[in-house]
Amino acid sequence: MSHAVVTDKRPSTLRGASLPKWFAWATAAGSLALAVGIGLAAGLHSKVQWGLIASILFVLGTYVISAKVEGPRQAKDRVATSVVWVAFLLAVVPLVSLVWTTVSRGVKVLDGYFLTHSMGVVADDEVGGGIYHAILGTAQQVGLATLIGAPIGVLTAIYLVEYGRGKLAKSVTFFVDVMTGIPSIVAGLFILSLMLMLDMSYFGFAGSLALAILMMPVVVRSTEEMLKLVPNELREASLALGVPKWRTILKVVVPTSLGGITTGIMLAVARIAGETAPILLLVFGGNFINSNPFEGPQQALPLYIYQQYGAGSSAGYDRAWAASLVLIAIVMILNLAARGIARWKAPKAAGR
Amino acid sequence: MGIPTQDTVPPPAKPSATEQKRAARGATRPGDRIFLGLTRGSGILLLVIMAAIAVFLTYRATLAISKDEGNFLTTFDWNTSADPPVFGIAVLAFGTVVSSVIAMVIAVPIAVAIALFLTHYAPRRLSGPIAYVIDLLAAVPSIVYGLWGALVLVPHLNGLYSWLDAYLGWTGIFEWQGGAPRSMLTVGILLAIMILPIVTNVSREVFRQAPKMIEEAALALGATRWEVIRMAVLPFGRSGVISASMLGLGRALGETMAVATVLSPDFLIHTSLLDPGGGTFAQNIASKFSEATDFGRDALIASGLVLFVITLLVNGAARAIIARRKEYSGANA
Repeated sequence: MSHAVVTDKRPSTLRGASLPKWFAWATAAGSLALAVGIGLAAGLHSKVQWGLIASILFVLGTYVISAKVEGPRQAKDRVATSVVWVAFLLAVVPLVSLVWTTVSRGVKVLDGYFLTHSMGVVADDEVGGGIYHAILGTAQQVGLATLIGAPIGVLTAIYLVEYGRGKLAKSVTFFVDVMTGIPSIVAGLFILSLMLMLDMSYFGFAGSLALAILMMPVVVRSTEEMLKLVPNELREASLALGVPKWRTILKVVVPTSLGGITTGIMLAVARIAGETAPILLLVFGGNFINSNPFEGPQQALPLYIYQQYGAGSSAGYDRAWAASLVLIAIVMILNLAARGIARWKAPKAAGR
Repeated sequence: MGIPTQDTVPPPAKPSATEQKRAARGATRPGDRIFLGLTRGSGILLLVIMAAIAVFLTYRATLAISKDEGNFLTTFDWNTSADPPVFGIAVLAFGTVVSSVIAMVIAVPIAVAIALFLTHYAPRRLSGPIAYVIDLLAAVPSIVYGLWGALVLVPHLNGLYSWLDAYLGWTGIFEWQGGAPRSMLTVGILLAIMILPIVTNVSREVFRQAPKMIEEAALALGATRWEVIRMAVLPFGRSGVISASMLGLGRALGETMAVATVLSPDFLIHTSLLDPGGGTFAQNIASKFSEATDFGRDALIASGLVLFVITLLVNGAARAIIARRKEYSGANA
């Protein structure tokens, strides 16, 4: 747009007085400076308190000045804007701190040795040791859980989208929704009650069963969404050629949405990989390498973190942070890969 | 459903829609029947699992409760190895509710503000990546939050605690005796941080769906941005925010490891939120489990059953609200 130079000089009668664009930044800088001054004068040591004083000054100052110049409605708008910004910055602080501490403390003992050794002969307060047994356990438990949970979840979603009508489908939909909210420890207790009845002791596969229960509803939900995206014309074209419905589903519908389904499964895997409570109840942990998930206690990464924290020594804390870093890395890689697949496959899934 | 027999019945003058569809699908082929059976079977399996969870937990719970010498609902003790055993969930129920309520009070307003920030305030170039990062934060395992809470958050809360004690101590709720800040308030703060991403995500989706026409109409009438949000966005998103909060509440109620690492538990109800002590259902199960006898495990299962029922109610309510909203937003579109 070209500039209307003529009208710029004259104050418009249609618009009230308004503060310049740099007003917000100026107020922010001013209140920050004032807060630092107050903090130094009053001898407040905590930087958090300085920040709080600054944000209160910022909100108040914005309101007072804006109400004077622009009127109360604009002032309220500016206050709302600054409150929203402050809330956002407030929430960022702990989340950044979480990531920063995990990375900075985690890299201390994280090396090749840590990844390839178990805690076999290492006492809790000694340095050394590693997470090989935990990674092995997590991989086996999560892998088995995926083998059980993913097919059941996908098949259920196919039933709901392709066949599901009537009462059964409605109740399945409702209970899948409810199932997403089951606390992980309750799933663990359920398998535990089975184990108590069969008089069994800890083993890795029991954990897998609980994890599979947690995984199923997540897979059902995401797969359902993906199958719904497949355009009906594809199904109709296939059926019109005389292809049976089950082959239509397996050869046309599922391949079309395969990217999305994979994404959903990977996100579910990422979610259950971080579950601690069922593993604590059913697999019990331990310091030694156990490569048989069907017999004897196994370790898992989340439980390893909990037990190293519980050991209470600084060596234990270091190992807990390093294991946290590895766990977060695994979860994030799964998440990013899943989203990558979703983006890569997206045009096909949308059927355009 | 008896599929083959119904098809052989000679159709009336106008066959019903379902019969036509069934004939078109060719549901009589063996491959189709097997596949339908397989998919329906896994759907039914999910229902069976849900029923089995309820049945087995109830069964083990009755085993434990029938031997309980105290009142299961009102006893302030958890002594399952004593003879006769005495245990009750009063403290756990109190702690679970209090910590979740604190989490909601802190998290919901901030989450709503962040959701509004992402949909209506942030520069477009920023809001995409930020939403992405918040998505990722929702995936951070709870044990990592627990570790961070215990080793980073707890030492940083001394200042807040002494401040609360100095200015609000007279209320009794914020009285601080000086112990390490491993109390219900700390648990509530940590839970708030943990449920922030999910509440933000769901609220953001709802706010994004607010009808653009109404927002633009309000702007055209000279409303400020805040007035648009207050009059067009928030009323539209109210039920969505409620259900988002209840999903967050469901998470907070069932959270285990973060509470177990941060809280220093005991079996008393503390009037001050800053007193270390108390407990939650999930935390009690995790911390008492390793030294529990078989009977003690049954008692823990009984407390788990109560938690299961509570989360079912909360999640069911949240889903019902979402479902109701879906219906009338569909009519709008």
